Amino acid sequence: MSPPIIEAIGVGRTFRSRAGATEALRDVSLSIEAREFVSIIGPSGCGKSTLLRIVGDLVEPSTGTVRVNGKAARQARLDRDYGIIFQTPVLYDWRTVTENVRLPLELAGRPHAEREARPRTLLRLVGLEAFAEHYPWQLSGGMQQRVAIARALALHPPILLMDEPFGALDEMTRERLNLELLQVSDETAATVLFVTHSIAEAVFLSSRVMVMSPRPGHIERVVTIDLPRPRADGMRAATRFFELVTTVRESLHEDPALARDAAPPDMRRP
Amino acid sequence: MPTTQPLSFDDRAGPAPRRRLRPLAVLAAIAAVWEGGKALFALPGYQLPHLHEILGDFLREGAGGERWVWIMAENAAYTALESVIGFLLGASVGLVLAIAFAHSRLLERGLLPYVVASQTVPILAIAPMVVVWLGTSWFSKAVIAAYLTFFPVTVNMARGLRALDVDAVALMRALAATPRQVFVRLRFPAALPYLFTALRISATASVTGAIVGELPVGSRFGMGVVIINAAQYYNWRPANLWAAILVSALIGIGFYHAVAAVERRIVRGRSTASAF
Repeated sequence: MSPPIIEAIGVGRTFRSRAGATEALRDVSLSIEAREFVSIIGPSGCGKSTLLRIVGDLVEPSTGTVRVNGKAARQARLDRDYGIIFQTPVLYDWRTVTENVRLPLELAGRPHAEREARPRTLLRLVGLEAFAEHYPWQLSGGMQQRVAIARALALHPPILLMDEPFGALDEMTRERLNLELLQVSDETAATVLFVTHSIAEAVFLSSRVMVMSPRPGHIERVVTIDLPRPRADGMRAATRFFELVTTVRESLHEDPALARDAAPPDMRRP
Repeated sequence: MPTTQPLSFDDRAGPAPRRRLRPLAVLAAIAAVWEGGKALFALPGYQLPHLHEILGDFLREGAGGERWVWIMAENAAYTALESVIGFLLGASVGLVLAIAFAHSRLLERGLLPYVVASQTVPILAIAPMVVVWLGTSWFSKAVIAAYLTFFPVTVNMARGLRALDVDAVALMRALAATPRQVFVRLRFPAALPYLFTALRISATASVTGAIVGELPVGSRFGMGVVIINAAQYYNWRPANLWAAILVSALIGIGFYHAVAAVERRIVRGRSTASAF
């Protein structure tokens, strides 16, 4: 078995402020193989975003160690081994779509030819070549998030970290982007760590779903999603899909306090 | 290829020709209120001259035989030049201070009280000293203009450089950007709208500064000199002072619009509130 591409051992994080200490994460361990698509799901405030940011070395863990791409998390960040996508697109509104996608190439000091060619390739990949010279605020929310995905892929990172990337989008856009994301992750052979609070989204996308408990968050249960790949929209109606959704939901329901929080209304239908 | 027009915050904006007429309509309204008020309260000429008297003053011949329109134009050009140089000087100083403050809380805490104090001292008290130190040339006036210009730039730009989206910074960190790259590619461009808000304020303040700088004895050119002279003869020729005020205001308005025009070119691609 190959070594894991993302590995966390005994990770904890406590935030201190004047109001007191908040323990966001306690003793989280996980191991993700290359090319896996792993979702982390949990109620609001369970520390799932914090966990993602610790993997990306954007937040320091209070305890434990994280290794990414065979290195310390910090070194992996400095080597630009991952691309990151946030809940909001975080596009710079003084840059055109092309210039936004080009940003990582500039920062990494890539040669001029690559800075010109790579954004074109990526915008074709996410279907936005017609909007290359537009400004972010001229695009819809879904299109903006596609630009963010293209930007995250600019330096061919082996890992994608996604922090509720489609949480702010409407259901139809979200489902279309789910499919596009699967295509992109297949084409780029990227390992994806995906934070969400939509059960259906987690099940549809992932090879494994990690269910987190409320604060202090730790991984309560890991559900392996054995739906065939590549995934297609039709699978959302499959019996197995509903069984898996139920399994994940019940894992969340084990604590009744978060059942209300975690289940989106559309999942309550019989 | 689809094109999208930049959105305007001004929902009332009609088609372009009608929009251009709007300032004229405002002007007509002001004239009506002016003349109406004068008639209603029976204000004598030394309190409020007729508008046609003010405009007529530009055609009057001065002591040297030159028409006042030329005298005003020459002095206005002189003041405008001082203002522009003072504006550029002050904006540069303000920008350097803002960048220093944004980088060092310690520096800000140490220097900001003095920066604030500098602005609470009446410029009228400082202007004569600057003229004594630097002479009565255009340079001392530009320095006084700069004195009024730098403050809004410092305060606003320091704020802009700090007002950062948390995720925008996280993105830079995730991309292993150096502090210099973060400054050049994120903090500075993100703060530009703050800078231009300050520059618009500074544009008009620098004209005031230049005029105040021309008031002390020894100055020979500029709107400040025209205003001092007109004030001395106000009882005989009130329209002269009003004409000087009008010209001074026009310099400020012109300057403001010049800055706004530069802003529209530089802060491109952003839906900024229009100047009018």
